[in-house]
Amino acid sequence: MSDKDMDELSSSDSGSECGKYWVEWFTCSEGNEYFCDVDEEYILDRFNLTNLQTEVHYYRDAMDLITDQMNERPMSNEAREQVELSAKHLYGLIHARYIITMRGLAKMVDKYKRGDFGKCPRVFCNNNPLLPVGLTDVPNQKMVKLYCSRCEDIYNPKSRRHSMIDGAYFGTSFPHMLFQTYPSLKPAQTEQRYVPRIFGFKLHAAAELHRWQDEQRELQKRRLGIASNGGNN
Amino acid sequence: MAGPDHPAAAAAAHHAVDHADHALHSADAHSGLEHSDESDFDDEPYASDESASLTWISWFCSLKGHEYFCEVPDAFIEDEFNLTGLSQSVNYYVEALDTILDIEDDSNEPQFPEEIEAIDSSAEILYGLIHARYILTRQGLDQMADKYENAEFGTCPRVCCAGSPVVPCGRVDLPERDSVKLFCPSCSDIYAPPSSRYQKIDGAYFGTTFPHMFFQTFPALVPDEPISPYTPRIYGFAISERSRAGPRMQWLRMLPDPLPEHDDDDAAGAHSSDDQSFVEADDGAADELLPTATATATADDALTESMDVGTDRRRDYSSSAAAAAA
Repeated sequence: MSDKDMDELSSSDSGSECGKYWVEWFTCSEGNEYFCDVDEEYILDRFNLTNLQTEVHYYRDAMDLITDQMNERPMSNEAREQVELSAKHLYGLIHARYIITMRGLAKMVDKYKRGDFGKCPRVFCNNNPLLPVGLTDVPNQKMVKLYCSRCEDIYNPKSRRHSMIDGAYFGTSFPHMLFQTYPSLKPAQTEQRYVPRIFGFKLHAAAELHRWQDEQRELQKRRLGIASNGGNN
Repeated sequence: MAGPDHPAAAAAAHHAVDHADHALHSADAHSGLEHSDESDFDDEPYASDESASLTWISWFCSLKGHEYFCEVPDAFIEDEFNLTGLSQSVNYYVEALDTILDIEDDSNEPQFPEEIEAIDSSAEILYGLIHARYILTRQGLDQMADKYENAEFGTCPRVCCAGSPVVPCGRVDLPERDSVKLFCPSCSDIYAPPSSRYQKIDGAYFGTTFPHMFFQTFPALVPDEPISPYTPRIYGFAISERSRAGPRMQWLRMLPDPLPEHDDDDAAGAHSSDDQSFVEADDGAADELLPTATATATADDALTESMDVGTDRRRDYSSSAAAAAA
């Protein structure tokens, strides 16, 4: 499939800013810090691309661009831009599939440990690192959100350039798949919480809600205790 | 804390030389005009006009990163009762107060740069502590309500709060302990401000009480019903809480259903003479809620269990449903 000479030729032509290859260039360009680089083998395996043809315009050209096999046929600037956009879209969709494979998860774990996705803004999460997550797997619907494994909630990215990334490029399953695969990475949960006070006195409504929520937590704990006993029997 | 562009510092530096009105300098420093000493003297007649347009307080509140502060009226600061106890917690109290109120005291000896810097930072602390008291008054709350309604404090980063505006708050009332945090009325939780320039602002300048006093005073400003909390899913299936990495923190965002109809339903069911339908209805609920537990239990067990579950159902539904779906 990939001709080595061809590869080198095209990359020397297009290779500029950051990396020799399109994927490298894409992942290290500004705003794309959340993406990891997808293995070329994964992209070249057609099985992994099932159904993406219908999703992406200029599929063939976009594919060639991603794999650095763009041939030098003349192309208007407009068409080139279109292909560039399609390539980014296609890469995002492949990325969503790739990061829930074993290899993709391992790469994302490295990024997670480096804190590439930012820290949880919630005060009681103590700067727990975040993971990107989509709210839907359908592209062009919802932007990417960030999942905190400590409070198990999702937040909007801080910076505008990250909040404009499509959530479907990460998918709804990714962070949960990661913690199912690496349960030891899940941080210890904290029961610490913010208690509203006026001049040092708790507020009745808030305190009542907290008591109820604590009750729910204890119920769940008891339920899980029962569940584990049931499993042993 | 105060940069070299601080007007008071600039003023004091000139103090020994030309005794110019420091408010004039503060105005000059911010209009971006370059003045030589001669032009300072030329401008002297207009000093009172310019100082009226920019007081120390409005200058301080217009600084980058000080967007959370509101302007405390002079009358509040001039009332000594409002400053009770602050003289002990701030160094150079008198000088700092004079700086805040733009009172020029010519009788003082020329000050050393270090001293000027100390007074400047004292003025900042003093203003912050006065601010924390002021925003608890009716007038201060009104001013902060305007800022809140314009979302000048930002919005909650939590997705399920759907961009609810937040208010600043502190975690301690003593200065120099912790930076300012943002309280979201929708989730009743506190968050770090998104921009690092707010991380230098002391939380004590807003106080622990303010957000709650604010929403007690303006209950209408609390956002309506929040969106249902986030449920982790893999390929569309909610993750079981029995899994090792399963959800354990759902309680934090859980809300009891405030539906009185449910209570009525339960009461009606309990008093209903038609026992058979009551049992059937609850049996169905039990199957839905505890598929594994009830499947193995005998019919009688299932009945008692289902009645227990039935009372908890309203509150417990979201987490149980998560478990059941997975």
